[in-house]
Amino acid sequence: MTTPRVAYALALGDDALVLAQRLGEWVARAPELEEDVALANIALDLLGQARTLLRYAGDLEGAGRDEDALAYWRDDRDFRNALLVELPNGDFAVTMARQLVFAAYQYELYDRLRASSDDTLAAVAGKAVKEVHYHRDHATQWVLRLGDGTDESRRRMVAGLATVWPYADELFQPDDATAALVADGVAVDPPTLREPWTSYVEGVLAEAGLELPEAAAPRSGGRRGLHTEHLGFLLAEMQHLHRSHPGATW
Amino acid sequence: MVTTTQDLREIVATVPDPELPVVTIEQLGILRDVRVGPSGHVTVDITPTYSGCPAMDAIRADIVARLAEHGIHSVDVRTELAPAWTTDWITPDGRAALEEHGIAPPGRDTLLSRGRKSHGPAAPIDLTLSVRCPHCGSPDTRELSRFGSTACKALWVCRACQEPFDHVKAL
Ligand SMILES: [Zn+2]
Repeated sequence: MTTPRVAYALALGDDALVLAQRLGEWVARAPELEEDVALANIALDLLGQARTLLRYAGDLEGAGRDEDALAYWRDDRDFRNALLVELPNGDFAVTMARQLVFAAYQYELYDRLRASSDDTLAAVAGKAVKEVHYHRDHATQWVLRLGDGTDESRRRMVAGLATVWPYADELFQPDDATAALVADGVAVDPPTLREPWTSYVEGVLAEAGLELPEAAAPRSGGRRGLHTEHLGFLLAEMQHLHRSHPGATW
Repeated sequence: MVTTTQDLREIVATVPDPELPVVTIEQLGILRDVRVGPSGHVTVDITPTYSGCPAMDAIRADIVARLAEHGIHSVDVRTELAPAWTTDWITPDGRAALEEHGIAPPGRDTLLSRGRKSHGPAAPIDLTLSVRCPHCGSPDTRELSRFGSTACKALWVCRACQEPFDHVKAL
């Protein structure tokens, strides 16, 4: 049964799973070898978080679905990730803009979720917050380097931020399922993360000599299963092998 | 026939880490507990270094195999996430073994900042002293990449002897 707690674990797990898949696309294509390794490592951290969260969602649901069933046999309308993480990678600056926005959000989220009354969520968060701190630092270094670099790197960083900015708002929107859990101390109320997130991101942009992107109409829908056209293509690639050869291992 | 918890722990403690085979899972601090039930059933708790550590399946299999060598077949290996692993759990002899094999162990002094404190609260892991080169001992080293060949390592290079080396990053 899809209780609010199942929906919450799925949303957190899907954010991590979909972003892990996106970052994996960079491997062998990053601007330097160290970045191939860095992005693969970040993707692996996220994948580990996703596995635990999806396994937990499956256990709570009690319908016999394990982490693989949830990752490989749901269609896009059943995914609960925010739209931000399914956006195409774009150039490296777009990816770093998305990393900064997401890692800064995930850091504040996990930092608070450590105090969750749900032991499993608290354990996942306690582990992941240390990893995400490295992710946030990685994105920060790149935004500073590109924003405060050449005219071309700066132009791209500005464009990258403008691309992802409309999708940040969804991370902080309240929803009914989460509201019930917030009262029980299980979930973190998304709107409470906006202020610390803003403070961090604005600090980085200021140090990089970048203006805040202009406000644009916020885009959302992922938490309700209403995704961009990009998610379907991502899932097709991610799920193809498992659906063609169920249970394949190597 | 081994039956005491102490005996069992000593057996399991000899399993090497698949990604850092110069240290055991005990020295790395990922072996958390070994218990034996009244019927002889053995439960082993391990914890991952990182959430996505791909070595956990191999470690689980190695523990089961090592106990089987001693005639113990009723075994559960459980993965515990809390409390979260920290590099502080690497034992002194584990740190020495890493260094002896050219891998710089994680920093211990976590009070000095790397100097970037402008954003948000200072987190406990954003604090690193200069890392000593495991080859020549020089402190004149620099980080090439925060992310190395495995999740727990960063890639560094020594300015004195020019050799690159792995560094287990503080977590
Ligand atoms: Zn040296």
